Parts: sequence; C-alpha cells; structure tokens
Amino acid sequence: MAIGSRRVLVGAHYGLRDWLGQRISALVLIAFLLVVGCSLALAGRLDYDSWSGVFAPVPMKLATMMASLALCYHAWIGVRDIWMDYVKPAGLRLALHVATLLWLLYCLGWSVQILWSV
Amino acid sequence: MPRSQIRNIAPGDLANYRLPIPGVVSIFHRLSGLLLFLFLPLLLWLFDLSLSSEQSFDRLVHFSQAWTTRLLLLALGWALLHHLCAGVRFLLLDLHLGTERMAARRSSWLVFAVSVPLTLLFALFLFGLL
Repeated sequence: MAIGSRRVLVGAHYGLRDWLGQRISALVLIAFLLVVGCSLALAGRLDYDSWSGVFAPVPMKLATMMASLALCYHAWIGVRDIWMDYVKPAGLRLALHVATLLWLLYCLGWSVQILWSV
Repeated sequence: MPRSQIRNIAPGDLANYRLPIPGVVSIFHRLSGLLLFLFLPLLLWLFDLSLSSEQSFDRLVHFSQAWTTRLLLLALGWALLHHLCAGVRFLLLDLHLGTERMAARRSSWLVFAVSVPLTLLFALFLFGLL
C-alpha cells in the first residue's frame, strides 16, 4: 500500500486486528453489562432467586459465554501490551505471555463450568 | 535564549513531572485493567459462590461483610468503573471525537466526574447504606 509518495507498509499485520479486536470486545462487554444491569433492574430486588434467575435461561448463558470470551481476548491484548511496554528481556516476556494465555484459558474454562452448573 | 530540550524522563524525574490529566486517565486505565486481570480468579470465585446455591449465596453475603473484603471489592469496583468510563472515552477518541487539547482535557475530567461518584455509590451499597 502506497502512502505519501513511495512509502510501502510492511509487517505481520496483526496490529490492526488486535487493535480492532480489543475495541469490539470492549463493546461486547459494555453491552453485556447493560443487559445484566437491566435484567437486575427488572427483577427489582437482589437475592439468590433473582440473581440466579438472570443466568438461568440458555440464551443468557450463551451471552455470558460470549462475554467471557470477549473478556479473555480483551485482557489478553491489554496485558500483552503491558508486558511488551515494560518487560524487555525476550525470555521473561515470552514466559509472561504464555503464563497470561494459560491463566486466561483456565479462567475461561472455569466460567463455563460455573455457568453450566446453575 | 536556546529552547529547552525535551527528553525522555528518567525514573528519578517522576516526582517532579506533572502528568497532564489525560495522562492520568490513561495510566489509571492501564492500572485498573491490570488490577482486574490479577483479581479475575477472585471475581470468578465470587461469581461461583453467587450462583451455586442459596447457601453459597449466603456465604458470599457473609464474606462480603468483612472489612478487608469490602475494601478489596471497593478497589475492584473503582477499577471496573474507571476502566469502563476511560474506555468509553478512548472509543470516542478512536472515532476522532474530542481530540482537541481542551476537549481531551475536559473529557478526562468528565471520566473522573462520572467514575468517582459511581464508585461512591458502590461504596454505599457495599457498606450496606443503600
């Protein structure tokens, strides 16, 4: 792609995808917070029945799953950016990246298990 | 008179460096995001307690009445609210809305003007005053 006179941009091209992915996942999370907030407001009170009632229907479970996935992707990009900014030794950075990914996958699996036990 | 040269600051200069308010919003956005990430297992555990059974829900209520838990939840509540408000501001900036210096400063103050009162409301809820 030529920009200006003769400049050609090259690279791995995952920057734009990650940048966009973080913003889209942010919108998904905002939408999810609004849905949970509205459901609770409709329930009128906050106790076990109303709270678990919000997450009982399958569509809400699936929406919560999507929000969990969005959260993991969002957190992965954000935390990865923090490591990239402050951690310079390549080995340590790689270890932190792997630990972050494994940790988020663990949390994602946990959230599935929580949701389908209701 | 020669113009003063602007260089990257060293850690020792941090105490003297006055970060502009959009910078404060930005670094708090990062800090709050990291805080939420680090305490994700705690939040999941609380989510688990809240949904497993009526007994576990009662345990959660009991647990959330301890002072240390309240303070921790208050910190995480602030982190979420700040991250949310600052995040909405960043999304608007990405759409090229409010990128002028004065507008960016005003919206930075607005982030605090929204997130801090909401955090206070959450504090009242946590401490059973609401």
